[in-house]
Amino acid sequence: MGENLLEMNDVNKSFGDVAAVHNINFRVGRNEIVGLLGDNGAGKSTLIKLITGYHQPDTGEIFFDDQRIDHLTVAQARALGIETVYQERALAEQQPLWRNIFMGRELTNRYGLMDVKRMKQETDRLMLESMGFTSTAVTADSVIKTFSGGEKQGVAITRALHFKAELIILDEPTMGLSLSETRKLMDFVADIKRQGKSCIFIDHNIFHVYSVADRVVVLDRGTVSGEFYTKDITLDQLMEKMYRVAETGSLD
Amino acid sequence: MTTSTETQATNQVPPGRPQPTRSRLGRFIRSHPFQIGILAVAAFIWILFFIGSPQTFSAFPIYQSFMSTTPFFAVMALPLTLVIIAKEIDLSFPSVMSFGMLAFSLTLTATGNVAFAFIALLAAGVLAGLINGLLVVRIGIPALVATIGTSFFWRGVVLVVTGGRGSSLVPTTQTFLHPLLVGRLFGKIPMQFVWTLVIAGALWVLLNRTRRGAAVYLVGDNEDSARLMGINVGRTKIMVFVLMGLAAAFAGMLVSLELLYYWPTLGEGYLLTALSSVFLGGTSVFGGTGTIFGTLVASFIIGAINAGIVAAGMAGFWTQLIYGLIIVGSVSIQVILRKRLS
Repeated sequence: MGENLLEMNDVNKSFGDVAAVHNINFRVGRNEIVGLLGDNGAGKSTLIKLITGYHQPDTGEIFFDDQRIDHLTVAQARALGIETVYQERALAEQQPLWRNIFMGRELTNRYGLMDVKRMKQETDRLMLESMGFTSTAVTADSVIKTFSGGEKQGVAITRALHFKAELIILDEPTMGLSLSETRKLMDFVADIKRQGKSCIFIDHNIFHVYSVADRVVVLDRGTVSGEFYTKDITLDQLMEKMYRVAETGSLD
Repeated sequence: MTTSTETQATNQVPPGRPQPTRSRLGRFIRSHPFQIGILAVAAFIWILFFIGSPQTFSAFPIYQSFMSTTPFFAVMALPLTLVIIAKEIDLSFPSVMSFGMLAFSLTLTATGNVAFAFIALLAAGVLAGLINGLLVVRIGIPALVATIGTSFFWRGVVLVVTGGRGSSLVPTTQTFLHPLLVGRLFGKIPMQFVWTLVIAGALWVLLNRTRRGAAVYLVGDNEDSARLMGINVGRTKIMVFVLMGLAAAFAGMLVSLELLYYWPTLGEGYLLTALSSVFLGGTSVFGGTGTIFGTLVASFIIGAINAGIVAAGMAGFWTQLIYGLIIVGSVSIQVILRKRLS
């Protein structure tokens, strides 16, 4: 078993003439929380979508759990244990809660038919235990579009966690959350660490990233411009470096 | 010590979900507003007809007539529901009805075997649906435009090949196909009605109890989310177009067998009745919601209006006016309901 859960070697991905990421070398250790920082257009989203099988790299290799995975589909990546909470949350707003929780991997019985009853029961259980919904107005049949931003994020996160993910990717998870909801989210990330799993945490907010990450990777113009262990660097030093990257394109 | 705290803890967890204050019936009504609404509309119209013409509506023949003619568009409205839930549209099915029958009559002439001819008909339907699906999914043409194009194309193929001439299907009455598809069960119930129920049942299972059916709702609701969650969006859309083509060819067979004649213009007049059945049945034009049950009931409402108006002693000219009123009225109520509920 290699020391890295995820390893990307010299990965390139272009859209037309635009190189979204070029020669990226990126890794996530086992039970490591990696914070990913970078400006808009730095290539964060493309990097994520390469890992989740949404895009395939033009060149380069991706290994997950020592297995080469650069030709995955999203469904295969999820089956391997790569779960993502997307910025746009990837919910189907007109559908009931249970359909959102089991989206793309509905439970079936031995005849191959969907086991709706079991999915609703599981959803009810998750609502109590993970999402912290206590209101009786919310049931497994409640339609998602009536939920608040924090509740929707709760659904997206619960969905990621429910399926025994090994690597959980959080793409700007604090966007649009209230202060208390953000705090709950940070607890959740700490929980991922405690459970022995790994996480890629993407956020604009450098305070959030610094407080939960073991290591911070800075992305700039489609490539990795630097990485630091949070234990070796203070928040002030990190911020100073980020400003320098934004101005000069180099960390030093 | 540990045991006792554990027991205490489990006791504190409420059994299952916190019980909602509403009754079971209340919850059922709240979670099926459109199904109940469409049944209410059907009952209302039936009462009107019954008052208008009690003799006709208390006897069986009028219902036999509904069961005989409504299936011609109902078997297409049912899969069209899936197409519209998936946020797509198909306007080519009237032409596909005729194209399927062209394949049937050519094969029948060539082989003399109705079973082969029937298989050719179904294959033609699948082919037409597959082409629609590929145009939309692989080439990326909006379904509205793609299916207008294929609609002209298939109608054109039929007219070129037949030269506009129809053909008699009287010989099929001697085969298994005629009684199986349009015979009368127990001498009373039209087989096309039985097939409509079978298709409705099969599509209900597909839509509500299979993962592919779940994908239809998810794709229609939010295509990007569905893709991010690993759903094969293209395959889902192609599936609904293929089902639509298959059903259109089958409907063409039902109509032609009932009339015992294949007209190359077959299918004209079914576009709006099938579409309005879907929308009257509560399927949203914006995709993501809709039910098989709603479409089934709505088809029979549309089918009943025509016969009902004449039976009630009104001139047939009233039919379209009343279609219009019922469709606009019911869909307005649905939209208002949908706003209230969210």
